[in-house]
Amino acid sequence: MTAETERQGIGTNADSTAWATIRRGLSLTPEFRQGLAVTLALAVVATIGKIIVPIAVQQTIDTGLKDGVPDLPYIYRTVALCAAAVLLTALAAYIMNVRLYKATEASLATLRVRGFRHVHDLSVLTQNTERRGALVSRVTNDIDQISTFMQWGGLMIIVALGQLVVASVLMLVYSWQLTLLVWLCFVPLMIALPRFQRWLSRAYTTVRERTGDMLAAVSESVVGAAVIRAYATERRTAERIDKAVNANRAAQVKAQTIVGFVFPLTEIVAALAIAGIVVLGVRLGLSGDITQGRLIAFLFLITLFVSPMQTATEVLNEAQNAVAGWRRILGVIDTPADVADPGDAGVELPRGPISVAFENVRFAYPGGPPVLHELSVDIPPRSRVAVVGETGSGKTTFAKLLTRLMDPVGGRVTVDGHDLRDVRFSSLRERIVMVPQDGFLFDGTLEDNIRYGKPAATREEILLGLTELGLADWLDGLPAGLDTPVGQRGESLSAGERQLVALARAYLADPDLLLLDEATSAVDPATEVRLARALEGVTRGRTAVSIAHRLSTAENADEVFVFDAGRLVQRGPHAELVTEPGVYADLHASWVSAARS
Amino acid sequence: MANKVTSAVMRQGLRVLGVAVRTEKAVFAVAVLASALYGGMTVASAWALGWATENVVLPAFTSGETAAGALWTGVLLILGTALLKSIGVAGRRILAGVIQYRMQARSRRDVTKQYLRLPLAWHHRHPTGQLLSNASADAEAAWAPLAPLPMAVGVIVMLLTAAVGMLFTDLVLALVGFLIFPAIAVLNLVYQRKLSPLATRAQQLRAEVSEIAHESFDGALVVKTLGREDLETDRFRRRAHELRDANIAVGRVRGLFDPMLEALPTLGVLAVLAVGALRLSTGSIEAGQLVQVAYLFTLLSFPIRALGWVLAELPRSVVGWTRVQAVLDAEGSMAYGQAAADRDEPAALEVSGVSYSYGDAEVLHDVTFDVPAGRTVALVGPTGSGKSTLVQLLVRLVDPDSGRVRLDGVDLRELAYGKLAESVALVPQQTFLFDDTVRGNIALDLPMDDEEVRAALRVAQADGFVDRLGDGLDTRVGERGTSLSGGQRQRLALARAVVRRPRLLILDDATSSVDPQVEAKILYGLRDRAQASTVVVVAYRMATIALADEVVFLEHGRVADRGTHDELIKRCEGYRNLVTAYEREEAERAALDLEADGVADIGTRAGTHAGIDAEEEGVSA
Repeated sequence: MTAETERQGIGTNADSTAWATIRRGLSLTPEFRQGLAVTLALAVVATIGKIIVPIAVQQTIDTGLKDGVPDLPYIYRTVALCAAAVLLTALAAYIMNVRLYKATEASLATLRVRGFRHVHDLSVLTQNTERRGALVSRVTNDIDQISTFMQWGGLMIIVALGQLVVASVLMLVYSWQLTLLVWLCFVPLMIALPRFQRWLSRAYTTVRERTGDMLAAVSESVVGAAVIRAYATERRTAERIDKAVNANRAAQVKAQTIVGFVFPLTEIVAALAIAGIVVLGVRLGLSGDITQGRLIAFLFLITLFVSPMQTATEVLNEAQNAVAGWRRILGVIDTPADVADPGDAGVELPRGPISVAFENVRFAYPGGPPVLHELSVDIPPRSRVAVVGETGSGKTTFAKLLTRLMDPVGGRVTVDGHDLRDVRFSSLRERIVMVPQDGFLFDGTLEDNIRYGKPAATREEILLGLTELGLADWLDGLPAGLDTPVGQRGESLSAGERQLVALARAYLADPDLLLLDEATSAVDPATEVRLARALEGVTRGRTAVSIAHRLSTAENADEVFVFDAGRLVQRGPHAELVTEPGVYADLHASWVSAARS
Repeated sequence: MANKVTSAVMRQGLRVLGVAVRTEKAVFAVAVLASALYGGMTVASAWALGWATENVVLPAFTSGETAAGALWTGVLLILGTALLKSIGVAGRRILAGVIQYRMQARSRRDVTKQYLRLPLAWHHRHPTGQLLSNASADAEAAWAPLAPLPMAVGVIVMLLTAAVGMLFTDLVLALVGFLIFPAIAVLNLVYQRKLSPLATRAQQLRAEVSEIAHESFDGALVVKTLGREDLETDRFRRRAHELRDANIAVGRVRGLFDPMLEALPTLGVLAVLAVGALRLSTGSIEAGQLVQVAYLFTLLSFPIRALGWVLAELPRSVVGWTRVQAVLDAEGSMAYGQAAADRDEPAALEVSGVSYSYGDAEVLHDVTFDVPAGRTVALVGPTGSGKSTLVQLLVRLVDPDSGRVRLDGVDLRELAYGKLAESVALVPQQTFLFDDTVRGNIALDLPMDDEEVRAALRVAQADGFVDRLGDGLDTRVGERGTSLSGGQRQRLALARAVVRRPRLLILDDATSSVDPQVEAKILYGLRDRAQASTVVVVAYRMATIALADEVVFLEHGRVADRGTHDELIKRCEGYRNLVTAYEREEAERAALDLEADGVADIGTRAGTHAGIDAEEEGVSA
């Protein structure tokens, strides 16, 4: 069964080679491959533009200036021809650039959206193996790096190689001896460049780390403003920030210094080559092996060697980043969705009261001890169940299995007799809704957030929902009512208010089974009691499961499930359980003393 | 109109650059010298090549022999100019980086010093995200034009040298240069002007795409539990496609201008050949000079773009600089007096006639109460009643608009800097941990031995989980360290307060994420400590309130009543409604159970509504 397969983190494709990674990446982006041949052909045409000047110079000197008297009509014809060629290659470059941008952007947008969707299709377990920022990076920065490479670095590689090839061919036509000399000068540099790139890559890695430290330190002065003042640690904080800021600066300067030293090396090598050409060229000229125009053309051709070398370290660095980016986005896409939607083949549940059964359900987190042992329990339709137990007793796991956020390792969970794994997600999510403890809200208005539960809802429906939950007065107290902005993650509201909105959002979704995971823990007592009463009214006729953090919830339920160390140890109505000696009676006693001492 | 605005921005941008130049005078001077060396030597290298052509290459072909002296002079000239040029390039690049990064670091240090100096009330008025970006992105943008600046200066030197050189070589050829180079400069300026808004828009969209991904992944549980994956993907796709189109728009401009900027100098060289041939035919120039000018054109075509880079960065720089400067110019600070507060016994706290407003909204009205030395007082009140604001006044995070807060009879405003922190410790509602070790977070800047830190952890019931962390007291926690649960973070924050043996301890709902059983242990531990302190505690939970000698009940920013818990239960309706909500609920339910199920349904619901209205008085703020 899929549930038995080992759950792993999100991949990084680290063991596939750079080429395999790029091939796999390209196979996922047909938009990029389409018409690539034409784009590359245009790139070659554009490259030819670079050798026009040396050819023109050579022709002018050798043919046009024969015997020291300029052959003006010939020179004008040559220049006009060359100018036309320049314009033509510029046009080719323009078309090539636009094609390249369109193809890369279209393919990367597809990949980006695909990666984003796949992150949502991964189970919460898999999602939680990675920090949120890192996940975001996979569909943003990593793709941007690929895009930079394809539009600049990758293009540079093609242009640079083309330039070197075209220049070398022309050089060979003019003089093989001088060509050999030029290559002898540049080969050692070419061999050394990858090493420089590694230095630079290390230096840039350090810069990125120091920048992260710097941002963290700087944020303390803002986020920790109250604590810093209350404990009078301004000086210590300033010192820490200065240290991080200066370390970041030092790393930046170091990276820049490497670039500063490597970059001009090419100039020196080029000068050596030019000097060599002059010395050897003159000798060859004396023996009649080369014309003066060709010799001078060589001096111009050398400049075509300079820019590929100067940009090589940056280009190699970008290539490395781009491959890393490919690996990380492919890592997401290639990670199997371990809690998969059966899709159209799945069962569509009819609407109406819902029943649930756990049959010998076992669960353990990957590599961890079992957290649920052979759990078998049923929730009849229309019943109101409270789940209680200490932290770590397995009640949250129970909730996650019931809503199919995770699949059991053994046994099965059924709704209305169907295995949860066979139920279509669209049907499942419509009928079973959980309200998590952390009332996460999206940046927008109160109305936007509540409507998230039912995108087609009208404003009236939303208001009605709030009224039914007894929250109309709370809403009236807000300055802008439903139009109140909630801020990022809902941070403009208090923790309690966020929970109210999350509850209203779930209620509007109108599920047949509502599962509350300590969903009102941050609400003040008076409001919570009102809310509990309202919920009792509105969940009448539906199945309701609440993970309880206050004893009143358990007292009002039809039935209480008591969890202890991954087992269901007691079940029954509160009145019955409280009289038996056992886990529930103990929990109850400690609640009573906390609430009423 | 638009031109006026841009020229104003340019002027402002140049002023910003002036600030950097003045601040880093010495480095800038050396960078400009290096860059001038680079500029001069670029022209000189073309001249050296021309010289070698004229005196070495051409004579060899015309006369069939070459003078060894001339040959080696030519080689030396070529290598010498290249070496000097390389030194100039290295110096220019490295020093430009030094200036840019130093200025960025300086801005960051200055901005964060301001953040630390300005009163908390100022922080309340500015969103966190904005302040963070002032210190990071804005500080970076402000000084971004410094990177290409020395090169631009070098290019100007280069152009001047080239102009003079060409004028001396041949007036007519010089004229070709005077036509081509300004054309390249203007074309590049047009390019940058066209590109700049498109690039800004793409940058903006990139940030928006990232924000959507962040928010969506943060809310993954909500997305999943409501089955809104399609909705989220659509939202992301829309923005990702806008970004795609924006990037393509950038690409179109780049794709158009880059080849034009390449083609223009090439056409220039061809023009030089055509015009030069004409001049050769009249004998006005030598062939070597023609080669020299053509070569110069090849060398100058790229660097000349640097002028455009500087100008392109200026608008962004001005925006960044203006934002950074707004922080640096912010006024206001807390004034401190000279008084000490170095007694040993628990402190007495006195709040008299205190009012406080956020903007126009007054949240505390004439609040008066006192906490005698060694006593524990609970501040109780519904959400929004002003408890947390009051707490901020007690530790002088903000000063009251009117009225006084006194510690042992001394107005907090008269205490010397740091004195209050020695006597009073606050555990705020929102836990904040530094990106530091457990020990660093607890001791902060006080010298503490491990035993003291451990004792504090024991009181906060945090010794157990800290021991289980990989490196014990040396485990990094906070921003980039081990992720702790909310309850664990709260307990570390509590230990931070306890370890200071404060004479007044203030707990602002500081154990809300801690299990009730653990909370009880903490509260008993606090009470049984050897060194007693005065305690002010903000709480909802009965167990916490029960530990207090006295309760101050706040409602709508006023002290509605004060007295012992028992007294308030008897005489204060708002208080009774709030703290006994669960009990009353249970009692009503018990009463209901006596009646027949369902029959009384409608009646009870109506009754419940009446009850809600009565309570609402106390709840809504």
